[in-house]
Amino acid sequence: MTEKQPAPLTVTSSPHIRSPETTSKIMWTVFVCLIPSGLVSVYVFGFGVLGIILTAVFAAVATEWACCRIQRKTPTIMDGSAVLTGLLLAYNVPPGSPLWMVFLGSFIAIAVGKAVFGGLGCNVFNPALVGRVFLMASFPVLMTRWQAPFKVDAVTAPTPLAIFKDGFSGTNVLAGTDLVQYSYRDLFLGLRGGCIGEACVLALLLGAGYLMIRKYITWHIPLSFIGTVGVFTWIFGGKGLFGGDFLLQIFSGGLILGAFYMATDYVTGPMTRQGQILFGIGCGIITGIVRLWGGYPEGVSYSILLMNAVTPLIDRFMVPRRFGEER
Amino acid sequence: MVSTFAGGKHIESHKQLSRDAAIEPIPLPVEVVIPLSQHTGTICEPLVKKGDRVLTGTKIGQSSNVLSSCVHASISGTVRGIELCPHPVLGQCLAVIIDSDGRDEHDAAIQPRKAAERLSKEELLAIIKEAGIVGMGGAAFPSQVKLNPPKPVDTLIINGVECEPYLTCDFRLMLEKANEILQGIGLLKKTVNVSKVFIGIEEDKPEALRMMRNKIMEKHYPFTVSPLTAKYPQGAEKQLIKAVINREVPPGKLPFDAGVIVSNVGTACAVYEAVFLGKPLYERVVTVTGATVKKPANLNVRIGTRFGDLIRYCQGTTGAAGKIIMGGPMMGLAQFSEDVPVIKGTSGILVLSEAEARQEGEHPCIRCGRCVDVCPMGMIPSALSLCVESGRLDLSSRYNPRDCIECGACTYICPAKRRIVESIRLVKAVMK
Repeated sequence: MTEKQPAPLTVTSSPHIRSPETTSKIMWTVFVCLIPSGLVSVYVFGFGVLGIILTAVFAAVATEWACCRIQRKTPTIMDGSAVLTGLLLAYNVPPGSPLWMVFLGSFIAIAVGKAVFGGLGCNVFNPALVGRVFLMASFPVLMTRWQAPFKVDAVTAPTPLAIFKDGFSGTNVLAGTDLVQYSYRDLFLGLRGGCIGEACVLALLLGAGYLMIRKYITWHIPLSFIGTVGVFTWIFGGKGLFGGDFLLQIFSGGLILGAFYMATDYVTGPMTRQGQILFGIGCGIITGIVRLWGGYPEGVSYSILLMNAVTPLIDRFMVPRRFGEER
Repeated sequence: MVSTFAGGKHIESHKQLSRDAAIEPIPLPVEVVIPLSQHTGTICEPLVKKGDRVLTGTKIGQSSNVLSSCVHASISGTVRGIELCPHPVLGQCLAVIIDSDGRDEHDAAIQPRKAAERLSKEELLAIIKEAGIVGMGGAAFPSQVKLNPPKPVDTLIINGVECEPYLTCDFRLMLEKANEILQGIGLLKKTVNVSKVFIGIEEDKPEALRMMRNKIMEKHYPFTVSPLTAKYPQGAEKQLIKAVINREVPPGKLPFDAGVIVSNVGTACAVYEAVFLGKPLYERVVTVTGATVKKPANLNVRIGTRFGDLIRYCQGTTGAAGKIIMGGPMMGLAQFSEDVPVIKGTSGILVLSEAEARQEGEHPCIRCGRCVDVCPMGMIPSALSLCVESGRLDLSSRYNPRDCIECGACTYICPAKRRIVESIRLVKAVMK
């Protein structure tokens, strides 16, 4: 009956139209939204930062390509996810990091954080954070050698969180050294020591705002994450209860970068809105605990990785309400 | 106040292609192919044989089974044969082929009915059954069965939503046949014996909202027009009920379990014609559209006219057709051939160009949750597609695949271009 057809018609199951959104469009948009923060970093910490970023991205893409070859899969480097992982890894190392270490971090991020699980969509943990935590464990000195703003000669300077921790925990090893006093304005603009991509809150919020307008991310994870850190450190982070400097806590360290760009990673976070709020609160509590009483001054990466591990459980129990089911 | 349901997504409507084209009759076809099954339920037995002369409106097939709907000749002429023919839903189906005599002579049984207002519920149901009326929204469920629910209902909702992109036949019908539709709704109200009647229309069709409201005021009908958010799938039965009267049909149940009957505006119009004019369902309005169709139109078409004839009447396409779809782009059925005939459930013929029909490759699920957001049934569509992909159909039952209304919103929205609803259909088929 189809013999007299002039040209074969495509026959597929409905729907026959698709939205213009694609995976690679999402990945590349997030990448572009992260660029302002990197530019500020180049301005504040010098051109060495650019070398680190390029190295991390190159290493991530090369590793992705190699892993695809080894696993006999079509190379997926154009979907932008490896590029994004490389960029985020670079944003999570100090400005003076040696390039070989950055390369190694990116390699671990993609190979161990992603490829061994089966590639895009299958990984349990945020790959960039796997890379960062690997570097933290392996090269603790290099990973905490901070650079003061506008002092390219690798003058080390403690981060605001390190200064806070020193005072809060009573170790006071930094007491007596020539401490920089950071204002909230410095913190907001990124004029402080820290990892490459985490410093400039303003630049990060600009990109995040755009991602929200495009509906690529929603408020649920960032707000519950940052809000919990704020409340937690306000209650417990001062002398006595309810006296913590929560603004310092929110604007310092990797919280803004982590909450808007890494905790919101689709693959490793919950899918439902309720689940996302729970995820954000969990991240916030763990971050607060690590910052106040843990062995490190910063806990954002650990909190996200730990909550990544809980995500399958959250997804199992925080399900949407079934239509027609009794409330 | 404008109401709606949770989930769903506004989808570009493309209705501007044909929304201003008034319904036009087309020249009589030289032949028609009338499938003996155009409905949900048992196929009809033919009542005619090769060589018989039939008139427009002559009953040519019926079944003794309760869940069935009889079929009628849509032109006058001679039965050329009863053969297996291409069918837009079933692939192939036994059909009565009629050669036109060009005279369009009507069956003597088609007579305007006097005192139609005084007909009882039983008489109305009998007329609807004899006229072969089915749900005109696409599902083609026999109306005499739907309008006679096994338990009492209190509300009738008329579906004028037409949430499928591209389609405009219901919209044009509401503009051009408002009086007929409202009289038909009155008959439906009497048949199902309810006190409350709502007409749901999306707010992106202000002309239809205005027309219906004005006519209701003019004639003092006890009906309420409910403006609804323009969002897909607003016209799906359960979502429509939720939006209009805020009731939810429980999982696995039907609208009458929530005390509601939903009927399409096209069905209301067909009921009017059957009761007042004595006319069986042998023609319907079909939107022929698509960016590649030279002159998109809303056509009044005899059942059994081949798709290709209608596309040619619309002056053909600018390039080669890549896909021909019966219905809208979200839930419509892609056709193997343009030889398939229009049946009672054919609301539209959508032609996509080769570029528009190109299949995109599937990518891994990135768990973005968009499908969960849009699913109007509160499902986790991606999980079901992963069950299928990994060959673990045994895990699928915990995700309630039977709840799926196959609206396709999840698949439309998926940035990884995964064929999610196709997977769910597979799960449902295997679970049967």
